[in-house]
Amino acid sequence: MSQDPSGRLPAAFLVPGSSSFTDFVRDHAPEVLPGARRLPAAGTGALTGGPGAGQPPHATTIVAIVSADGVVVAGDRRATAGNVIAQRDIEKVFPADDHSCVGIAGTAGLAIEMVRLFQVELEHFEKLEGALMSFEGKANRLSAMIRGNLGLAMQGLAVVPVFAGYDLAEGRGRIVSYDVTGGRYEEVDHHAVGSGSVFARGALKKLFRPGMSGDEAVRVAVEALWDAADDDSATGGPDLLRRIWPVVAQVTADGFRRLGEDELAEVVQDVVAGRTGNPGGNPLAGTTRTSAQQGGATA
Amino acid sequence: MSVPFYVSPEQVMKDKADFARKGIARGRAVVVVACADGIVFASENASRALHKISEVYDRVAFAAVGKYNEFENLRVAGVRYADLRGYSYDRSDVTARGLANAYAQTLGTIFTTESKPYEVELVVAEVGATADQDQVYRLTYDGSVADEHGYVAMGGSAEQITAHLAERWQPGMDLPAALRLAVRALGSDAAAAAAGSGPRAIATDQLEVAVLERARTRRTFRRLGAPALADLLGTGGTDAGTGSGTEPGAGESTGAPDGGTAVPGPDTPPEPPA
Repeated sequence: MSQDPSGRLPAAFLVPGSSSFTDFVRDHAPEVLPGARRLPAAGTGALTGGPGAGQPPHATTIVAIVSADGVVVAGDRRATAGNVIAQRDIEKVFPADDHSCVGIAGTAGLAIEMVRLFQVELEHFEKLEGALMSFEGKANRLSAMIRGNLGLAMQGLAVVPVFAGYDLAEGRGRIVSYDVTGGRYEEVDHHAVGSGSVFARGALKKLFRPGMSGDEAVRVAVEALWDAADDDSATGGPDLLRRIWPVVAQVTADGFRRLGEDELAEVVQDVVAGRTGNPGGNPLAGTTRTSAQQGGATA
Repeated sequence: MSVPFYVSPEQVMKDKADFARKGIARGRAVVVVACADGIVFASENASRALHKISEVYDRVAFAAVGKYNEFENLRVAGVRYADLRGYSYDRSDVTARGLANAYAQTLGTIFTTESKPYEVELVVAEVGATADQDQVYRLTYDGSVADEHGYVAMGGSAEQITAHLAERWQPGMDLPAALRLAVRALGSDAAAAAAGSGPRAIATDQLEVAVLERARTRRTFRRLGAPALADLLGTGGTDAGTGSGTEPGAGESTGAPDGGTAVPGPDTPPEPPA
């Protein structure tokens, strides 16, 4: 960031105008913004070496569920670089402000930077205006940031977050999904993004009930992540050896709350116990596989 | 053909200082009181929207008296400074000291180079992990900085209010005690002194109060609304009926930015001596 050598506040700081941090920084110090960097035309294919063939870490599955008192957002803990597990305990669900949160899928480095900017953007607006940004306003700001990343997305470094929160004006939990072009779509009931989202969505469809309590929604989110991890190699299941659980956040009228380790351990261990011998989680069926069948795939 | 008069630099500075001081003394006061639970900011302000007290960053807050448009401009600049710094470095790299320095340089430049100085006085405060790590900086219209300990009063009747605080403030007070002290101090202005009937009561809906709470994590700034205030003050929202006839600046309680447009009337509190 540029500093006035005299130590006084640069003239741009004293200009009345936008309450947007991004707009201000774009005029004053564009080099600190994520969008200011250009990739070589060859894209990420030009990077070589290192595990995972030089691919940047990718964050994977996020699920979001509307509950009776707000929303529940959960993310697994795995980041992958090609065929390699880049990180086992990455966090992909972040508070955006007191009443909303963002879960990220896609290129982890860019996504985390985007979330950081988004957090400052919301806080900056709140401080300058003395009022909270509307839920729609927040969703639109995030949309603009994703659109700013379109160039990189076309080169394979896409960021696809899911935005969820409690709309104080409407008094309900809401979920907004995005595509790489910044298109935003409001989701009813539940949504999942990332490589394991196909499997998670299947699970959510079967497990979701309208008007679930927060606790029930947490359970469903963990179940859905289990199903994603079961079939998607880039999604990490609960790591019982290292005691790494998914990140689960609840947003209600009272604000954002990340579930504590112990609270989550109970839910996860319960889900794991339920799936033991019944990996599909069908409540009506016990295990149908016999030891004779467990020889793996046959031609 | 007109020949410009020679005016000595001393005279120019004195005139500017007198001008700024007059503007500042015209508005209502802001009181900052440090206590065991954090730092309390209080002001008599009928407006719900035009704040004199504001959050700057996680542990840093801003309070001002004087012309609204001028201190609002500085406030916005401070929030931009803090957010940009916190975003490019880390949240822990935003300090009250850095911000106070930037304000001091800015105000100093404006005072010497512009024909009209800013009619503002500011406090930049940072709540520390313990009470002795609290930092309270007071900045005046000419860019001078004072490192204050315990309490600050600025604006109209600052002298009387400071005297009240000096007598009663002590380290280690809890939040309700500090708040009661701040509100009583606001009520012990020149008019109350003239009436000789002790501090005048101020209704909770006429107060703008905020706290930097030491125990909170991340954003420590919290505004206290009328219900929370009534709880903490142990009152049911008393009415400011007493001595309203002699209240100074009764005409400026229209929600207009303080001091901005007010004309000094005969009941303007005496200006503090230079």
